[in-house]
Amino acid sequence: MADKSIFNMELSDDGIAIIGFDLVGEAQNVLKQEFIDEAEVLIKEIAEQKEIKGVIFKSDKPKSFIAGADINMLEAANSLEEAEQISRNGHEIFQRLESLKVPVVAAIDGACLGGGLEFALACHGRVSSDSSSTKLGLPEVQLGLLPGGGGTQRLPKLIGIAASLDMMLTGKQLFPKKARKLGLVDDVVPTANLIKAARKRVMQLRKGEKKKQSYFSVQALQKLALEKNPIGRNILFDQAKKQLLKKTKGNYPAPEKILECVEKGVSQGKAAGYAIEAKNFAELVMSAEAKALISLFFATTELKKDSGIDSDAEAIKVDKVGILGGGLMGSGIAYVTADKANKMVRLKDISLDGVNKALNYSWKILAKKLKRRFISDAKAKGIMARLTGTTDHSGFKDCDMVIEAVFEKLELKHQMVKEVEEHCSEQTIFATNTSSIPISEIAKGAKRPEQVVGLHYFSPVEKMPLLEIISTPKTADWVVATCVELGKKQGKTPIVVNDGAGFYVNRILAPYMNEAGIMLSEGVAVEKLDKALVNAGFPVGPITLLDEVGVDVATKVAPILEDAFGERMMAPKLFSKLLDDNRLGRKTAKGFYQYGKKQKGAKNVDESVYRLLGIEPNKEMAVNEISERCVLMMLNEAARCLDEGIIRNARDGDIGAVFGIGFPPFQGGPFRYMDTLGLDKVVERLEHYQNLYGERFAPSSILQSMASSKQTFHN
Amino acid sequence: MSAEAATESKTSPTKKTTSRRVKPDRVAIVSGLRTPFAKQATHYRGINAIELGKMVVNELITKTELDPNLIERVVFGQVVVLPEAPNIAREIVLGTPMNVRTDAYSVSRACATSFQSIASLADSIMLGDVSVGIAGGADSSSVVPIGVSKKLSLALVDLQKARSFGQKLAILKTLRPKDLLPVPPAIKEYSTGLTMGQNAEQMARDRGITREEQDALAHRSHTLAAKAWEAGWLDDEVMTAHVPPFTKDPLVQDNIVRFNSTLEGYAKLRPAFDRKYGTLTAANSTPLSDGASAVILMSESKAKALGYEPLGYLKSYGFSANQADHDMLMGPSYSTPIALKKAKMKLKDLDLIEMHEAFAAQALSNVQAFGSTKWAQENLGQRTKIGDIDMDKFNVNGGSLAYGHPFAATGARLITQTLNELKRRGGGVGLTTACAAGGLGAAMIVEVD
Repeated sequence: MADKSIFNMELSDDGIAIIGFDLVGEAQNVLKQEFIDEAEVLIKEIAEQKEIKGVIFKSDKPKSFIAGADINMLEAANSLEEAEQISRNGHEIFQRLESLKVPVVAAIDGACLGGGLEFALACHGRVSSDSSSTKLGLPEVQLGLLPGGGGTQRLPKLIGIAASLDMMLTGKQLFPKKARKLGLVDDVVPTANLIKAARKRVMQLRKGEKKKQSYFSVQALQKLALEKNPIGRNILFDQAKKQLLKKTKGNYPAPEKILECVEKGVSQGKAAGYAIEAKNFAELVMSAEAKALISLFFATTELKKDSGIDSDAEAIKVDKVGILGGGLMGSGIAYVTADKANKMVRLKDISLDGVNKALNYSWKILAKKLKRRFISDAKAKGIMARLTGTTDHSGFKDCDMVIEAVFEKLELKHQMVKEVEEHCSEQTIFATNTSSIPISEIAKGAKRPEQVVGLHYFSPVEKMPLLEIISTPKTADWVVATCVELGKKQGKTPIVVNDGAGFYVNRILAPYMNEAGIMLSEGVAVEKLDKALVNAGFPVGPITLLDEVGVDVATKVAPILEDAFGERMMAPKLFSKLLDDNRLGRKTAKGFYQYGKKQKGAKNVDESVYRLLGIEPNKEMAVNEISERCVLMMLNEAARCLDEGIIRNARDGDIGAVFGIGFPPFQGGPFRYMDTLGLDKVVERLEHYQNLYGERFAPSSILQSMASSKQTFHN
Repeated sequence: MSAEAATESKTSPTKKTTSRRVKPDRVAIVSGLRTPFAKQATHYRGINAIELGKMVVNELITKTELDPNLIERVVFGQVVVLPEAPNIAREIVLGTPMNVRTDAYSVSRACATSFQSIASLADSIMLGDVSVGIAGGADSSSVVPIGVSKKLSLALVDLQKARSFGQKLAILKTLRPKDLLPVPPAIKEYSTGLTMGQNAEQMARDRGITREEQDALAHRSHTLAAKAWEAGWLDDEVMTAHVPPFTKDPLVQDNIVRFNSTLEGYAKLRPAFDRKYGTLTAANSTPLSDGASAVILMSESKAKALGYEPLGYLKSYGFSANQADHDMLMGPSYSTPIALKKAKMKLKDLDLIEMHEAFAAQALSNVQAFGSTKWAQENLGQRTKIGDIDMDKFNVNGGSLAYGHPFAATGARLITQTLNELKRRGGGVGLTTACAAGGLGAAMIVEVD
């Protein structure tokens, strides 16, 4: 047998070859060129060796089967042809694997994703462990790609069109139980029995046994009605296309291309299916959308390893976290700290009712998970046991960190600092979840300002992925490092920013929102504004966002920014009228849109708002102009933040905007987007609007200088 | 007990002390906490004893800022044992952020269960086995194991063994519809077939304890308990109970205590056990209730090393057993002399006497026995009475009649409450004592420096 570094074959007495693989030195097994090269030789050998009666593939790396294809390999492709060749190579090797005469079974333990699952699909049988680290999926769509190793062809054959589209269009990862239910794997067993089960599967395949399939399950009936005849299939594909267009607004090409591959494969046969898969794959690999999404993927991966500081100060161990204030934010932070981060949480509120509500917040989330059987009753109870409440300061002394989430009032925040200094230990970190007050202001008068730090969570905390960590010039590095580590454990992607009005996220959001407000006061209708930005790729429009966040919250930040940055941050005057009318948005069931009784379909604009604001909503404006004006304001401000050192680098700026605001991911974030547009173009468009609407559009100096020297933010 | 034995036990500890020339390391009760007690199926409806136990232990650890890793052992108990988890102590360790390597076992001594859990843990501390531990008890009358009839249970076991359909059918044929009805847990004593109420009724009857005396004690108990709550004396030792799904208002105080108790109110009730000539009513007996309580015990030296100022110290304890077919609830009168003897004290040396009030009749019977030379001669074999109880020292903040009696939680409640009261009075020595099913008795003497 030829020398192999990755694969290791053992032939047992019964003629079954057990082939283990391990990319030594890597945390995960990934499909790299060398892996493919070795596999090719190996498959040839198997075909030649007559004594081999069956093959089992398994990973020798614990908890990692194959996590996917090496993305660097894709990045290296310089042309459509090169990219298509990658896919064709994959097709060829998997084809050879599939056409082996002896049964081949994949024994899956750990992540089996993307190219890894395509590898397993090319095998004749699949068994998996029941370990919680075992996950199966085709997440390519999340990177703007499609499964280019035959996944779009083999998966629908195995589990049906509807189920496979669901997997490929969402990129969701399945737990073993669900995978068995769908027929993706043949058996699920404890890890220790995996090889035993794989062997059994080989034997069954040798005997030509087929798996029993129920013809009467909901799934089977659905398949019969929709998938086994051309009319049903057409309905299925039409519906799928409609639904995905509704979601992507045409901004993401990958889902449509996946659909096309599946459709062609089903209707025109294997050869056509593989051909279109390779072609579409190449187009996606070379697309700007995929490049942007991949850059975000790399940025998040980098951030996972980033300590958030430049020195080598070390994070302290956090066992117990105190939380002040059991409102929406406090409750959410308590939940992620107790559940995700696995810490003890002591929550203090001024009233017992507040404590109860905070506990209920976590309970509701857990009850939902319990109902869906994502967690066990014991696990849910264990999480609740880590979370206790109080109305005094008992149980705070041994908190390693206290996060305050009380009302946004400076005096109150100062009082919190004092209370923590009084009731906690000298090492306790004081973190404030303010969204508007500069941290240095809060740290004023603190005995240990080096232990004061900002932790800006986004609402709802358990869903929003970003954590903005704000460091003042006095904040100690170990404090920041500790927050970064806790944030990661809470399941967040933390970015560290320097203190300043609005920090980063709110600072770039404000001019964007203001611009929408200005257009509204110019007479552009609410739904027009929202639609323009949703079509541009934002998750919700600016006016809806205002309703969701609450006008009261938004108006807290506005004056601080205006004070700090002057005219360009001036908020339109219409907000105060809303406040006077107690028209705060969803929380008061009265905003720009109608709330109240369950409305079906899209929300309707509450027309009375125009009267209140004295606006005639009849101004026509091109959709492009609306979105461009808003987005340009944000881009310009983001560039200033980088210039002023508010953010540490463009990467953090991109992540902050995408994860905190929902900046269109297919653009890769404001800096990536500016690079794509070209900085000279950005400057030109800003100047265009500057001439039309005034100085707030004046391009920042960094943009001007970088544009003139033809620089980019990213390499 | 013979006089010789008494002298022996008297001299041996003295010897030890003199030879070491150091004060022995006492067992410190560092802190104590309980849930508010609640009437059956009220605040804790659907919450079992284990959850109650976890709730109180979790809060106790958090509140006292005790590093969970320091806890070496948990001793806990429940009287109405949940079949799915008999070792409540271990479930508490596993269900709270305690170290999994914390040892845990459970004990049962009926209504004196948490006396036993505290005594057992104290023993291990005295032996130097462990230095930090948690003891307590929890009971729920709202979540109880409801079983099947004996006939059905037998049939179900037989069915498992039966092979053929015919055999199975034959077994099923023996069952009658009434055999299928669920059976609530027995309230009769297993060995005597008597209920607690019947026992207490017999004690009242034989001693001529009147309805009026019983009602007066119940009224006293509620009045004093209400006063203690209103004065805020219990705030530190009773946690606030937030219970899932955290939508109903949290329970801050016991919901059994009557804050507007009037003596006339008690007279209106009809006897509960002996409908014709009985004197026991629902108001002068403790109601079925839910709750949990726990204490942190440490060796005195460990507590000081960790910087804790203990609530108080354990001085001595005694357990006793007496007849179970009549005068069953006289445990305090049997166990107290043992504890007094071990502490080398007389009843009059005590500053407080805290006696569990299962029934007003039972408490009054014991008060009577304490002051009776004849009773002492006949039942304890000692010439002198235990001592007259000064009612100014007796259950000064009310007793179980007012607070309720989640069986296994009562002992730790008595102890913590006594220690806090002694502390408020600037120190002293107090007796805590209880009767228990099966004719058992427990007494524990505690002190506050």
